Amino acid sequence: MPDTVNNIAAEDHLDFENDVADLDRQMKELRRLTSIKGIDYSAETRRLHQEQVAQLKRIYSNLTPWQTVQVARHPKRPILTDYLHLMVKDFRELHGDRSFGNDRAIVTGLGQIGREKVLIVGQNKGRNTKEKVACNFGCPNPEGYRKAMAKMKFAEKFGIPIVTLIDTPGAYPGIGAEERGQAQAIAVNLAQMSRLRVPIICIVIGEGGSGGALGIGVGDRLAMLEFAYYSVISPEGCAAILWRDGSQAPLAAEALKLTSKDILKLGVIDAVIPEPLGGAHRNLHDNIYNVEQYIIKTLRDLKRTKLDNLLENRYKKLRSIGAASSEKLRRKTQAAADRIAVALQAISPRSKKVPAKV
Amino acid sequence: MGKEAKSNWDGFSLKPRREMPEGLWMGCPGCKHMLYRSSVEKNLSVCPECDYHFRIGADVRIKHLADEDSFAETLGDLTSSDPLGFKFRGTTYKQRLRDDEKKSGSKEAIRIGKAFIKGRGVVLAVMDPNFLMGSMGSVVGEKFSIAAEMAVEEKLPFVAICCSGGARMHEGVVSLGQMAKTSAAIARLDESGGLFISVLTDPTTGGVTASFAMLGDCTIAEPGAMIGFAGRRTIAETIKIDLPEGFQTAEFMLEHGFVDMIVHRKDLRNEIARLIDYCHK
Repeated sequence: MPDTVNNIAAEDHLDFENDVADLDRQMKELRRLTSIKGIDYSAETRRLHQEQVAQLKRIYSNLTPWQTVQVARHPKRPILTDYLHLMVKDFRELHGDRSFGNDRAIVTGLGQIGREKVLIVGQNKGRNTKEKVACNFGCPNPEGYRKAMAKMKFAEKFGIPIVTLIDTPGAYPGIGAEERGQAQAIAVNLAQMSRLRVPIICIVIGEGGSGGALGIGVGDRLAMLEFAYYSVISPEGCAAILWRDGSQAPLAAEALKLTSKDILKLGVIDAVIPEPLGGAHRNLHDNIYNVEQYIIKTLRDLKRTKLDNLLENRYKKLRSIGAASSEKLRRKTQAAADRIAVALQAISPRSKKVPAKV
Repeated sequence: MGKEAKSNWDGFSLKPRREMPEGLWMGCPGCKHMLYRSSVEKNLSVCPECDYHFRIGADVRIKHLADEDSFAETLGDLTSSDPLGFKFRGTTYKQRLRDDEKKSGSKEAIRIGKAFIKGRGVVLAVMDPNFLMGSMGSVVGEKFSIAAEMAVEEKLPFVAICCSGGARMHEGVVSLGQMAKTSAAIARLDESGGLFISVLTDPTTGGVTASFAMLGDCTIAEPGAMIGFAGRRTIAETIKIDLPEGFQTAEFMLEHGFVDMIVHRKDLRNEIARLIDYCHK
């Protein structure tokens, strides 16, 4: 019987999945017995299989924030190259930032998703050690962000929509990165991406680590995979500062509200893309199909909007982050906006429309 | 001690003393001299010996920078709603906010408003290092964006005094969003042709450097200010070597091309006014 639920190796089980691993071992034993002794254990296997599905459902519907972080960092979790292979047709990678080098932690290129021609910008972590070292474990340097910007400008020129796939522990903290202006590179991306005259979809597919993630994460839609995380600081970093003990990361993860469910409630993201049972690493194809469908559907919506409105909506969306979390804050913001409107009216008597105050 | 205070002594001594009344004396981290607090304050909180620029709160900064009584504050009483309900080590973020409000006298880590600098009208945003290390949460982001919008609406130059440890952890991903928000507001100001002068003071790091602080049409830094993205400890732990002397200082940033000029605190008013004149259309 093909095992479609748990097609991962025994050593890839996370420490909170012991029950699932146990069932795995039992089923393996039954299969071995079947092949050696020719006894039909299919009924038992089916039962174990059902139980495993139930276990996975139970575990994955109640993941703690720290467990979510572990799933997001799972070594078998689909990374950018998987998406490029399975989701993007006819991918043409474009290299280099034209001023310093080619950062392999950020991959940019043209490709086709569904019927849409898009520019893909994504952070790549690498699968094996060699790849991981080559792309710096997914930690981009400034030239990576500048490459992304250069290619996005190119896409803007030809009206090609942009899809960014975010998966980084954070921008690289190194001497060279500081010398070449990591902060400035990210800042410029944030400002420019808010004004690019093409639709932009951003999806956090794994780790959304702070400014490094945000550096390619400003757009019309921001979505997250169900078990991805997105945070202002890594749980370890937060624990080291506030708890003065890096090993308190589970507590920090709890406090930071970094899971897709919580962030959706905070209004920072627009959608959560569901993952297959037991996380993306258990079923690559279904997961990537979900992402593909989200991109195709969202792109169709965004392309219907006029560019000026698109930009206006994007600004409003960014502008509303945090403001919506507090009624008090919103009221006061509104009051300030009203005051500005009134002041404006006083300055230019020719201004036509002043929003009516309720 | 009393004897010296009566004499014509000019305010600093070369010899550190063992017993010091609280608040009357301060040590200079730059040259290790003991300084008479009021003499330092008279000198714009700059060490008269070695030009070390002390960190100053938003109130003092506004006094130094704006023409007398010209600062008209906007949204001075906006406070954070604690979107995450953040708790840590037996205390809460709300409690921390209350403590720092008492400590700094500010309601949040930024103050915004219109002011005059040598008679030139500006929108001024000043960050306060005494309030949760000037970190950017939803209120800082919101107020900064409102200030940028005010500058757009009223066609005024926008001057921001940056002083921050970065994004505020206690508001999690909402703080992260403020980086995008403030940058978008500056992008709009830029598009409308407005002038944005960013002044980087000690310290400007993390999420604030990686958003509006680095987006100035003109970027000024105070001498010796610590300016960078990643924290020194994080970098040292990642690359496992000692960091070079003068790493992540204003001078380092000037050397590597990310700051237009380094300006002594006493010249800041002049320089800003001069820049505004140059850019005036």
